Amino acid sequence: MAVQGTQTVNVNWRAMRQESMGQRILRRFLRHRLAVAGAVVIIILALVAILAPYVAGQDPYYQDYSAIRTPPSREHILGTDPLGRDVWARLVYATRVSLSVGLVAVMIYTIIGTILGALAGYYGGAVDTFIMRITDVFMCFPLLIIIITVVALVGASLYNIMAVIGLLAWPSICRLVRGQFLSLREQEFITAARCVGVPGGRLILRHLLPNCVGPITVAATFGMAGAILTEASLSFLGLGVPPPQPSWGQMLTDAQKLTVLSRMPWLWVPPGIMIALTVLCVNFVGDGLRDALDPRMRID
Amino acid sequence: MTGTNETGKNDILVRVENLKMYFPITQGIIIQRQVGTIKAVDGISFFIRRGETLGLVGESGCGKSTTGRAILQLYRPTAGDVWFEGVNLVQLKGEQLRRMRRKMQMIFQDPYASLNPRMTVGNIIGEPLEVHNIATGKERRERVQELLQVVGLNPYFVNRYPHEFSGGQRQRIGIARALAVNPSFIVCDEPISALDVSIQAQIINLLEELQDQFGLTYLFIAHDLSVVRHISNRVAVMYLGKIMELADRDELYENPLHPYSKALLSAVPIPDPVIEEKRQRIILKGDVPSPANPPKGCNFCTRCPEVMDICREEEPAFVDVGGEHWVACWRVGH
Repeated sequence: MAVQGTQTVNVNWRAMRQESMGQRILRRFLRHRLAVAGAVVIIILALVAILAPYVAGQDPYYQDYSAIRTPPSREHILGTDPLGRDVWARLVYATRVSLSVGLVAVMIYTIIGTILGALAGYYGGAVDTFIMRITDVFMCFPLLIIIITVVALVGASLYNIMAVIGLLAWPSICRLVRGQFLSLREQEFITAARCVGVPGGRLILRHLLPNCVGPITVAATFGMAGAILTEASLSFLGLGVPPPQPSWGQMLTDAQKLTVLSRMPWLWVPPGIMIALTVLCVNFVGDGLRDALDPRMRID
Repeated sequence: MTGTNETGKNDILVRVENLKMYFPITQGIIIQRQVGTIKAVDGISFFIRRGETLGLVGESGCGKSTTGRAILQLYRPTAGDVWFEGVNLVQLKGEQLRRMRRKMQMIFQDPYASLNPRMTVGNIIGEPLEVHNIATGKERRERVQELLQVVGLNPYFVNRYPHEFSGGQRQRIGIARALAVNPSFIVCDEPISALDVSIQAQIINLLEELQDQFGLTYLFIAHDLSVVRHISNRVAVMYLGKIMELADRDELYENPLHPYSKALLSAVPIPDPVIEEKRQRIILKGDVPSPANPPKGCNFCTRCPEVMDICREEEPAFVDVGGEHWVACWRVGH
C-alpha cells in the first residue's frame, strides 16, 4: 500500500471496525490445537465436577461391605475400594476438590504476587527492599512443610487448604513480576510513555502489566498444576480434605500398601491418570494463552 | 539571566543554565554505599530560539542523550535550571510537570524499543490525546488518522502492531506520537542513527517539513556531522559532559576554533575527490577519560594536540568570542 495524499484517502471506519481485544485473543487461541484440546478436557472436567451427582451414578460415600476391593465389573466400572465404595463415583466427586483448589488457590496467590511484585518493581528503593525481604523470608522455608504445619494448626478442610496455599505460595509470582518490571522499567517505550505524560497508575496497568502477561500466565498455569499436586500430596499424607470427602490425592493413599500397588491397579491408576491429565491440560492451555496474548507471535 | 520571554526573532524558548546530571556509582548489596559519581553532564548552558534547530554533536558517551533527557526532566538534573517558556522545569513536580509535557516531546533513537509491543498503533498515537484530555472516542480516532497521514503513513494502519512495520515506518509512528499533543519543542535523540541510510534522508526531510508546518523547535542530537550540518541552524559540540564550542552552523563548520571541534570536523569525508585528497585528518591520541574521573582543568587536556600548562590546571570559561560563537578553550578568547 503506497502512501496516498491527504485528500484521496477516505477511510471507511466501519469496514475496518476494530476487532475487540477479546475476539482477537480468542481467534488466536483457537489456532493452537493442543491448547484447544486442553481447554476442552478442562471444560469436560469442570462439567463433571458441577454435574457430579448425575455423572457418578452412585453414592460415593455408600459402603458396601459385601463388595470390598472388587475388580472393575458392570456394577462398579472401576471396582470398589477397601471400604466397599464405588471408585468411579469417588473419582468423579474428587474432581470438585482438585479443580476448585487449583483454581481458587492460584487466583489468590497470583493476585497477591502480582500486586506486591508490581509495587516492588515499579517503586523500587525502600518499598522494593521491604517487600523482597518478606518474600525472602517466605522462600527460606520449604513450602510444603509450612503448608503442612499451618494446615495442622488451622485444621484440614477444603477452604483452609485453598486459603493456605493461596496465602503462602505468592513469593514466586512476586519475584517474577518484580523482575519483569525491573527490566521493563528501563525499556525505551516506558521512557517514551513517561515523556508523553502517562500517569503512574496507567503506566503500570497499560504499559508494564500487559508486557508481563505472558510470564504471569505461564507461572499461573504451572502454579495451578502445582496446587493440584500440593493438594494431592497433602491428602496423600492425610492432611488434605477430611476423609469421607474424596480427593484424587487421598485416593492415591491406598497405593501406599504393597498389595494394592501390585494387585489392585484400579484403586490407584485412575486418580493418577486424572492428576496427570489435568496438570497436562492446564499447562497446554497456559501455553496457548501465552501465545495468543503476545501480538508478536505469528499465529495467523 | 532569567526565563522571561523576549519577542521577535530572538524569542528564546528553552534556556539551560549550568545543567548538571550526575549518576551515583553504588556498591554493596543491602547497604548501598556511594563510591563515585558519573558526571554525565557537567555544567552546561545554552539556549534555543523558538523555531530553530540546535544540533548537538559529540562522540558516544559524551552526554548528548543525557542532556536531552535532563531537559525534558526524564532524569531529574543534579543541579542547574531549565527554563521553558518562562517556567523552570526543574522545580516542577508530579502533575504540574505532567501538564508541561503537552508542550515538549521527544523522538527516540531506537524505533524498535520505543514503541510498546502490546499496543496498537492507534493506541500508541492516541494515548497522549487521552492522558491530556485532548480528544476521546471518535474525535481521537480522527486525530490519530490525521496524524498518520501527516507523517506519511496509511491511516488504515491504526489497528496494527509495531512489529508489523519496518524501522522507518516505526520511526514515523514515534514522530506521530510526539506530534499528537501539538508540542512546540521536540528533542530528537539520534532519530536516524538506527535507520538504513536510504531511510535516513526520508526521516530528515519529514522532520524538516513538520518543522515548517507546525513551527517546531528542535534539539537535534546526533553523531552524524553531515546530517547535523544539514538540519541545524546552530550547532553545539560536546565532549565529556561539557559543551566545547557552540556557534552558528556555517561558522562552526568553516571556522572551528576549539581543537576538539577541529579534530571532529576533520573526520568528515568530503564528497569531492580532489579536495578529499588534501583533507588532513587530525587523529586524536588515547581514549576519552572516564566521566567518573574527569581530568583536572580542561576536560580535553589529556588528548588535546595544542595543550598548554594552564589547560591542566584550570578550567577554561565558556566565552563568546564574537557573533554568538562560544568556545571553552584557553587558546581562544582568553
